[in-house]
Amino acid sequence: MTPLLELDAVSKRFPLGRRRLFAKALPPEVHAVSEVSLTVHAGETVGLVGESGCGKSTLVRLITRLLDTTEGTIWFDRREISGVPARFFARDTNRADIQMVFQDAGESINPRFTAADAIADPLRKLLGLRGAALQARVEEAATQCGLPLALLGRYPHQLSGGQRARVGIARAIGTHPRLLVLDEPTAALDVSVQVTVLKLLQQLKAELGLSYIFVSHDLNVVRLLCDRVVVMYLGRVVESGPAQQVFDAPRHPYTKSLIAAVPRLEGARPEAPRLVGDPRSPIDPDPNACRFHGRCPVGFDRCGTAMPALREVAPGHLAACHLND
Amino acid sequence: MSDALSVQDLSVAFHTRAGVVHALDRVSFTVGAGETLALVGESGSGKSVTAYAIMGLLEAAGQVTSGRALLGETDLLAASPASLARIRGKRVAMIFQNPRTALNPIRPVGTQIADVMRRHGGATWFNARARAIEALRAVGIPDPARRTRAYPFELSGGMCQRVMIAIAMAARPDLLIADEPTTGLDVTTQAVVMDLIAEMAAQTGMATILITHDLALAAERARRIAVMHAGHVVEVAETATLLARPMHPYSARLIAATPTAAGTLEELQSVPGALPDLRGAAIPACRYAARCDRRQADCGETLHPHEAEPGHSIACHHPLGVAA
Repeated sequence: MTPLLELDAVSKRFPLGRRRLFAKALPPEVHAVSEVSLTVHAGETVGLVGESGCGKSTLVRLITRLLDTTEGTIWFDRREISGVPARFFARDTNRADIQMVFQDAGESINPRFTAADAIADPLRKLLGLRGAALQARVEEAATQCGLPLALLGRYPHQLSGGQRARVGIARAIGTHPRLLVLDEPTAALDVSVQVTVLKLLQQLKAELGLSYIFVSHDLNVVRLLCDRVVVMYLGRVVESGPAQQVFDAPRHPYTKSLIAAVPRLEGARPEAPRLVGDPRSPIDPDPNACRFHGRCPVGFDRCGTAMPALREVAPGHLAACHLND
Repeated sequence: MSDALSVQDLSVAFHTRAGVVHALDRVSFTVGAGETLALVGESGSGKSVTAYAIMGLLEAAGQVTSGRALLGETDLLAASPASLARIRGKRVAMIFQNPRTALNPIRPVGTQIADVMRRHGGATWFNARARAIEALRAVGIPDPARRTRAYPFELSGGMCQRVMIAIAMAARPDLLIADEPTTGLDVTTQAVVMDLIAEMAAQTGMATILITHDLALAAERARRIAVMHAGHVVEVAETATLLARPMHPYSARLIAATPTAAGTLEELQSVPGALPDLRGAAIPACRYAARCDRRQADCGETLHPHEAEPGHSIACHHPLGVAA
């Protein structure tokens, strides 16, 4: 299988303030994403999970090339796209290939655009479609997403939550992308509607041969949709592997606590470990300590003196924890 | 078990430019002392309106048209504004969704807790600050003396919700209404916040109404669940009973739509249809009838709330698991 998207040790740091003229020290930096490597194969769905502030959104913005990387390379279809500055990527040949579905379509769609305008906008700007061709493509995308054509003239506030979600998806698939980045696409929806949207996403993937990066904090939903899952903590990947395997037999204490914290219809686990406290500061973290150290329920001395490397614990299943050594 | 709160036939109507919206219709449920009851439903089902009506916090357009909400001997719906002001915060407290916006953004959190301590908690001007520090420590905030001077924007979402809980618990209320207390928080934080609420309830024997759209959260945290749909309570039962043997078709649909820890996407089923228009007088007697596949002629005529078996109430003519 050929990788569609490949990230090699990608980092993003945001400096806090500028370097003073004669100052010796660099300004402190927020380490938003640190040395993340991941691969998305054609037709694959990769889930990206972690708490707020773990760098999911920054990573997504790096992949969609809305932000420049500090270090590392991003390959899309064997072409290095991290070399193209973000401000030029809007006119790049691969721009239409990587599209994004944003969280809460009610907030992310321009309120003064009708559904048709919203879907047509990327087609106009990226593919230069006009007139009848544009119209046909808008209707094609709407139909694929199960959005009745009669609703195309409506504004976002005149649509239900489920219909808005469909507009957001139609807008993203209009340009015939190969990779779709979905940022919590169902977070704003009721469960009854969430199911239909999830099924739509699975159907579109099969029909159009798409690959997904699925960002979500709802692990039950990630498990339903994803082939592989990547768990992030404070900017680093702590565990990745086949979704079912990671959920059934997590090998990193953070993943364990995360899964244990998800409410279950079957009732609470009696032995659920609780993760207390907040993550440490992402500003200039100690490079020689596990980022989970201090909050980890099973940490020991070595966690504070050496950063655990991401190691294969089972075929295709990686975890970064000293306990697996 | 004595009832901490008994809501009987609560109806609420909103007067809008587009007509009268019958948001709640004869809502009835009880919460026992020390018990946690979950109000579960989708957006628009009337969960929050129920809470606001009980607390007397409905906006001006909303009007309670019938019903009683008995807190012990006191009917909260008939209480005068002055007596309600004494009850709110002291005997009934509420935690709101999105704690960061529910707190006052321009006052330190310690001051906000101290206010409630002086108003309802029997603290004096001199010891209010010490009591506030004590309250922050009780909800598990590290370094509470320093945190009293923090503003809400300086604290994380989970911390802000702990402050809200500290404020709610200031006067040791008999009843806590938690309106989506963990929406917008991470699952790890959600678990800790829910643990804290349960711990506080266990310490003081306080009853809790947990309002949530998340059936799984309700399943883990509540002893009983009341399912709401379009302003009706359609089913009330003990949690295990409701999940194993739902009798109302909507409850069954809601359970079938909720992702579980096992199971596949194919097994999940959506709830067909949408909420009915609650304006005007032409609302069907059973508001779920139009979405229901067990609908018969009598569904449009009366609602038929009844106790199907001890402790298991439904509002349905043709419940599941009963020969028709």
